[in-house]
Amino acid sequence: MAADPARPAWYRVTDAVGRVTVASVSQIGYACALFCESLYWLFAGPRRRQPVSMSSTALEMMKIGVQAIPITAILSLSVGIMIAIQGIHTLRDFGAEARVVDAIAMSITREFGALITAFLVAGRSGSAITAQLGSMRISQEIDALQVMGINPVRYLVAPLLIAMLVMLPCLTVLADVMGILGGGLFCGFQLNMDMQSYVQRSLDVLDANDITQGLFKSAVFAVLITLVGVINGFAVTGGASGVGKATTHSVVASISAIIIADMIFTFFLNR
Amino acid sequence: MFAQPSQVAPVIEVRDLVTHYGSRRILDGVNLTVQPGEIMVIMGSSGSGKTTLLNHMLGLSRPSSGNIFLLGRDVGAMSGSELNDLRKQIGVTFQGGALFSSMTVGENVQLPLREHTQLDENTIQIMTRMKLEIVNLAGFEHFMPSELSGGMAKRAAVARAIAMDPKLLFFDEPSAGLDPVVSAGLDELILRLRRAMNITIVVVTHELQSAFKIADRITMLDHGKVLMTGTVDEVRAAKDEHMQHLFNRLLEEVPIDADEYLQRLTEDIE
Repeated sequence: MAADPARPAWYRVTDAVGRVTVASVSQIGYACALFCESLYWLFAGPRRRQPVSMSSTALEMMKIGVQAIPITAILSLSVGIMIAIQGIHTLRDFGAEARVVDAIAMSITREFGALITAFLVAGRSGSAITAQLGSMRISQEIDALQVMGINPVRYLVAPLLIAMLVMLPCLTVLADVMGILGGGLFCGFQLNMDMQSYVQRSLDVLDANDITQGLFKSAVFAVLITLVGVINGFAVTGGASGVGKATTHSVVASISAIIIADMIFTFFLNR
Repeated sequence: MFAQPSQVAPVIEVRDLVTHYGSRRILDGVNLTVQPGEIMVIMGSSGSGKTTLLNHMLGLSRPSSGNIFLLGRDVGAMSGSELNDLRKQIGVTFQGGALFSSMTVGENVQLPLREHTQLDENTIQIMTRMKLEIVNLAGFEHFMPSELSGGMAKRAAVARAIAMDPKLLFFDEPSAGLDPVVSAGLDELILRLRRAMNITIVVVTHELQSAFKIADRITMLDHGKVLMTGTVDEVRAAKDEHMQHLFNRLLEEVPIDADEYLQRLTEDIE
């Protein structure tokens, strides 16, 4: 029911705020329920003779992870070079150009590796998840699964979630390596630093916490991308244009969720 | 053709079903029983609530009030896993077929067998071919659903629906989007399935011809209420005005109120 136009403006505003709040809270609740149900099927499925299919999980891993390797490598290499350029420019004022190695190593492993990978996968796979589930919804394929006694969460969502949880951290490791390598290429060119001492210096500054922080965040991003993609896909109504709208919304929502979650987790992980 | 209601427990029993979509009442106190081995056709024009009724019989939505018993079990009172077990005994052919577009026809038919049984690969292959033979699609197991015509896709969907040898089979608008010849072929298939496998069949449709051809009994829905339930002859002979309109394809005339009409055209315009 839409707000009554005869009511005063403050009434309509508070009415709209209330409705949006309730809708958001119920979506978050639904996302948590989906997450728990997927984990439930992963662990309890085999005992109930309804295991999560390993072959479709492997297929999703190919699509989400393996096929994203080239683009992840290229983008993180570029980001590494970019950080090197900016870092050298900024640190030149202090005469501390050589410290740019620390900056590259830290910022790539703690932030950019995970963030770039998550953005990429949200754009590539998050949108694909929504589009696929959305068109399955409107062609009644999801209903067909349900009436066959095949739980759609077990059959469709759990493989996606597992594939995403495995592949996003893997891609993040790749992005870390390529990003640091990219920074090294530019430093070698600009500061006449040889690769061996660059790598040595990078390894000296990094400790395990820097890497795990990035990987932990990438696991969180994996869950966010999957759940946002799935919820938007399942909720599609209104035919082909509905699928298009849901896909756009899914990418925007998952990138927003990634950035906000990144801020929150970075705050708590660095206390 | 089928046993008298008093002797055998019904396969489907709908009691006082009331459902809402938002605040709009879609079904209003629907009662319905389907006997074993019977072909029940649920008829009604668009918006009569027949698709909603089907969705409730499949357990896809929850009613506002009332109960639905499938094979003697109350659908509303069942847990998720109990419902899944019950659904292994039920087959459904959706309006567009709803074949999984990422799988071949054969894989579509095999899916319920792979998910619910421990049969070995050879048995699954043989059963798949058997089911495709029944619907006259032998040799099509390697086709993708997008390579099939509308009628073939629907028959493939029937093959998938009967993969688990169900006791109860639902059809949603089997003739929608098909030409009369193909649609008549599908009616034949429905009759043949009942003869061969003794399945109870529920068909939701708005096609009169097809309904008269296949039905043992017909339930007429109109604006969320059951207008009548009876055999083909009883329904044909019905004197009710609504039903005669439906049979004779007459538009139900709504008298025009001039003031109201003007009001509708001009409202909200300054």
